Amino acid sequence: MAVIIENNTLKPEQIEKIKNICKSHGNNENNLINILHETQSTFGYLPKEVQEVIAEELNIPVGRVFGVVTFYSFFTMVPKGEHPISICLGTACYVRGAEKILEEFKKELGLEVGQTTKDGKFSLSCLRCIGACGLAPVVMIGEKVYGRVTPASVKDIIAEYK
Amino acid sequence: MAKYKMHILCCGGTGCRASKSDEILENFKKIILEKNLDDEVQVIQTGCFGFCEKGPIVKILPDNTFYTEVTPEDALEIVEEHVIKGRKVKRLLYMDPDKKEHISDSKHMNFYKKQIRIALRNCGFINPENIEEYIARDGYMAIGKCLTEMTPEQVIAEIKLSGLRGRGGGGFPTGLKWEFASKYHDDQKYVVCNADEGDPGAFMDRSILEGDPHSVLEAMAICGYSIGANKGLIYIRAEYPLAIERLKIAIKQAKEYGLLGDNIFGTDFSFDITLRLGAGAFVCGEETALIHSMEGQRGEPTPKPPFPAESGFMKKPTNVNNVETFANIPVIINKGANWFNKIGTEKSKGTKVFALAGKINNVGLIEVPMGTTLREVIYEIGGGIKSGKEFKAVQTGGPSGGCLTKDFLDTPIDYDNLVAAGSMMGSGGMIVMDEDDCMVSIAKFYMEFIVEESCGKCVPCRLGTKRLYEILEKITRGNGTMEDLDLLKNLSKTVKATSLCGLGQTAPNPILSTLNNFYDEYVAHVRDKKCPAGQCRHLLKFEIDPEKCVGCTVCARNCPVNAITGTVKQPHTIDQEICIKCGACFQKCKFGAISKK
Ligand SMILES: Cc1cc2nc3c(=O)[nH]c(=O)nc-3n(C[C@H](O)[C@H](O)[C@H](O)COP(=O)(O)O)c2cc1C
Ligand code: SF4
Ligand code: SF4
Ligand code: FES
Repeated sequence: MAVIIENNTLKPEQIEKIKNICKSHGNNENNLINILHETQSTFGYLPKEVQEVIAEELNIPVGRVFGVVTFYSFFTMVPKGEHPISICLGTACYVRGAEKILEEFKKELGLEVGQTTKDGKFSLSCLRCIGACGLAPVVMIGEKVYGRVTPASVKDIIAEYK
Repeated sequence: MAKYKMHILCCGGTGCRASKSDEILENFKKIILEKNLDDEVQVIQTGCFGFCEKGPIVKILPDNTFYTEVTPEDALEIVEEHVIKGRKVKRLLYMDPDKKEHISDSKHMNFYKKQIRIALRNCGFINPENIEEYIARDGYMAIGKCLTEMTPEQVIAEIKLSGLRGRGGGGFPTGLKWEFASKYHDDQKYVVCNADEGDPGAFMDRSILEGDPHSVLEAMAICGYSIGANKGLIYIRAEYPLAIERLKIAIKQAKEYGLLGDNIFGTDFSFDITLRLGAGAFVCGEETALIHSMEGQRGEPTPKPPFPAESGFMKKPTNVNNVETFANIPVIINKGANWFNKIGTEKSKGTKVFALAGKINNVGLIEVPMGTTLREVIYEIGGGIKSGKEFKAVQTGGPSGGCLTKDFLDTPIDYDNLVAAGSMMGSGGMIVMDEDDCMVSIAKFYMEFIVEESCGKCVPCRLGTKRLYEILEKITRGNGTMEDLDLLKNLSKTVKATSLCGLGQTAPNPILSTLNNFYDEYVAHVRDKKCPAGQCRHLLKFEIDPEKCVGCTVCARNCPVNAITGTVKQPHTIDQEICIKCGACFQKCKFGAISKK
């Protein structure tokens, strides 16, 4: 999923891509968040190098871009795994045992929240309610939603991606 | 919809889509085509029906048959039996849990009987991706009426008379808010729809946007007309990709039909709407933070006044309303304020949508008149507590609200009653808890959320909530003292009184309400080092009853830290010093010899 940025330098065509995204939003700093969304969905994450290009295009300090990227939990500066796993810890999922599901994923993958497996396959994160509370507890892998997850079913879910 | 004899409606809400409703839809389409029925039968994907517990839902019109827990494979049988031969597929009908009989018409289900659907009027009835279906149900009639028959002042007067109050949590009278915004004059003014829906465990606004996006667009235009704004912005959370998609489609169609854009209905009123995406920050639901976020800034709140009505987006007069508030507007205009204000209680008019979740049988989305009691919602509509357990508490108002006990079950729900009871209406999340839920842990859960979400701008909220969390953590680990309980209460009051924005000002509410209503449970944790609900791991004790133990050794083999010793066929024992309370032995023992206390 994540685009590889080699040696921490962007290729000319990658820079071009970012510039185009900024341009499509009129290089307007008010649209910074929409620009970051689009850039993250292209590159998978928002490393320092990418933020610098955006700052340059919008004619604002990099610190301003960095401030926004770090404020919002949706943006990430490290690449996620090929199959990003998100455990819902919203209230509905919590009272239906989401914590136990999280424990099970941690155990099975040997990961803490926010980490990615060495082979880059899985990363683990938490989120708060995706609006499928009727199926609590809920886990998302990529775009796919798994409902009524039990600790016993965690192994099988992971196996689907191995 | 007229030309078809029959309609097959498949739920396309997030919940049902997670259980393959897309495949169900595709199968129906394919089968109808194969059987050459496509002239008579229409297959459409609708928004959420509300009864998420038994999803995926398929409804057949005109006979209103309500099929539950449908699988993609069932499509063939429904077409062959129901559509072709007129025989309902009994095994897929809803089974009434009390009478133990199948109910085919959703009108007769307890889940729907007490509901009045105003904001949700079109959810589950129309294809949200087709503007003509919205128009067929009186869509865009209200904006037409406003533009051609009413002055802006008359529109505002009508909304004031209706008694509608903001559904985003605060309950501020909507008509009054519009009047304020109309008083400020500027070259540019804005209408903002707050679709941030930050309460974790609530999905009312998402369902409205997914199921009936045009009603929100129409209402925003009506608001624009009455306050003199020609630009609208919807601030929507990025976590709702389906709602974003449906809004984009709806905006495009409305523009094609001339219902948004320049000179709507040939008048000189123009109105355009664009989307702004949130990026996962709860505080951005607060209106000043939301406005900063829309300007591409960090979503930090600023003190009010100035209110957005005076200086909002880009420092221009701005009116912010919630999704559900807007969804009520077209109906009020069409049916009249005096129709609307007959529904509800004296000070809270109309209905409220709730997302019912937690330990309840019928999880789902419901809309009830204000004044309905919690008991009616939980027991009649919600079908009572899951697995026959004991009701313990109901949480309303999300992280800003509180937990109510069974003493409040007969309280009629409205803004003022819930506040008097020590909670609040909030945006509509309603989480039901049973005897297995520990109230100290629930308070800790919300505090953890707040610590993560506090924007950090002001000290009481940034540091105060962290301290509150730490005290709760200490108590759930069995290290709390009675002094901690007093400290918890005093610090809560200080954080409430001194925080800058609504987040910090309401953040201690879950603690205060549980302290008030479940003080004994806190004391049990502190003094007796026990968690009555058996949820706080550190306070649990696993013991083997030597009378019941047959010495099968299963527990010893499953204990990850080798805390269990014993020889084959002899009673085993657990070394409490080593035990990490993981519960593995408890789950594995087939003889019920291990107790958890
Ligand atoms: C911390 C915090 C979070 C809020 N979150 C939301 C939200 O998610 N959705 C919403 O409509 N209002 C939310 N509000 C209320 C808004 O500030 C604002 O009052 C509301 O959008 C006004 O619309 P209404 O009058 O139609 O309710 C929140 C307020 C605070 C203090
Ligand atoms: S109360 Fe909390 S969220 Fe609100 S401004 Fe202060 S730190 Fe930020
Ligand atoms: S699993 Fe149960 S019966 Fe078997 S040794 Fe352990 S306590 Fe005894
Ligand atoms: S709380 Fe998990 S989906 Fe809503």
